[in-house]
Amino acid sequence: MQTPAPTDYVRATSVSHAISLLEEHGEESRILAGGHSLLPMMKLRIARPEMLIDINELDELRGIRVDGDELVLGAMVTHREVLESPVLFEHYAIFRECEKVIADPLVRNRGTVGGSMCQADPSEDLSAVGSALRGSVVIQGASGTRTVPLREFHEGPYETQVEPAEIMTEVRFPIRPGAGSAYEKVERRVGDWPVCSAGVYVVVSDGLVTDCGIGLTAVSAEHFCAPAAEAFLIGKAPTEDNLRSAAQLAADAADPSSDQRGPADYKKHLANELTYRALVRAAAASQGA
Amino acid sequence: MQHISVTVDGMEYNAEVEPRTLLVHWLRNGIGKVGTVVGCDTSNCGACTVLLDGRSVKSCSVLAVQANGSEVTTIQGLADGNEWHPVQTAFKECHGLQCGYCTPGMVLAAVDLLGENPNPSEAEIREGLEGNLCRCTGYHNIVKSVAYAAELMGGGSK
Repeated sequence: MQTPAPTDYVRATSVSHAISLLEEHGEESRILAGGHSLLPMMKLRIARPEMLIDINELDELRGIRVDGDELVLGAMVTHREVLESPVLFEHYAIFRECEKVIADPLVRNRGTVGGSMCQADPSEDLSAVGSALRGSVVIQGASGTRTVPLREFHEGPYETQVEPAEIMTEVRFPIRPGAGSAYEKVERRVGDWPVCSAGVYVVVSDGLVTDCGIGLTAVSAEHFCAPAAEAFLIGKAPTEDNLRSAAQLAADAADPSSDQRGPADYKKHLANELTYRALVRAAAASQGA
Repeated sequence: MQHISVTVDGMEYNAEVEPRTLLVHWLRNGIGKVGTVVGCDTSNCGACTVLLDGRSVKSCSVLAVQANGSEVTTIQGLADGNEWHPVQTAFKECHGLQCGYCTPGMVLAAVDLLGENPNPSEAEIREGLEGNLCRCTGYHNIVKSVAYAAELMGGGSK
């Protein structure tokens, strides 16, 4: 039987209450969102927070909405809500394709977007989506809010720009009319972390790529993206040759390590092939195929 | 210790728990709901699945204090008196269990699945049960059971 170490627990009644609790209890306090990363870590005693601040009742952190030309997800939106959201799917198929292969339905019932982003696992699927779409996060502290692009959000594995007395409140994604998007993942078994995943969006206009984003996870691509591959594709026709070249450039952005999920050269191969497959589907979707 | 008030299988329980107590441990050791089992302890296997406010969750990955004010349904609260829930009947009829250890979780995950999708295809059943592992590998009959339960509940499998 695995049991977490003793801890205190309080339910926050508002975001500002949660922030004041974080300030009061310092670095030994932790926000409890879905708890599906934190509680397993606490059971293994990898994490031993002395105070858990439960934000599950904060309705202000829930909900998916369109705000001007952005899609806005509250930090406590669950994976299930992302998977089932018609408005997210309408703009980006990548959300549904990615969520379908994150963990399993039971975990998706509890696990949250903000929790996944802030856990910042180097193999997090949503991080690839966030970087591909050039999303941003809103972080709130006692002195106010700030917005950080997801391509600057991660400082390393499990490390983000969220300071100890801050809380992520929203994730925002620009809406791009005409964009096609796709997600490709290889996992060892159903519900597992990826060996490698690639997520992309492409806008094709008059036969040329006018805009695109390429995200990679689990292969140590800096900020989960492949800027050289994106730059290569702009202004080019989405031909097989061009998409293959872009996929190769994306693989060059990956710097994977060999581990129990596979050898580095295999992961590099996957970064290439999965990027290519995602680009093909996204480009086709953008052209209405 | 913190005070919690949780409705489990239709009955309200008031208790003092340590905040670190996992929901599954409180259900089993606190109020004797031993029908909910601990499988992997790591949120992988789904044996400990219960319904929390109607939604299937792995009770090894939720704290008991988080259930304060909520309704929990375990395998022991699914039947209506002596009348089994259709999913339970279907698991019996289709031999949807071998050793039976994963069964409480399988049944509750299936209840949640059929609540959302009364008419699931075989693929949708398999996807819906991705969070529940059967170490006897008896998946074939489990899937048949859920399809049959859908029929019993008036939906039916595609």
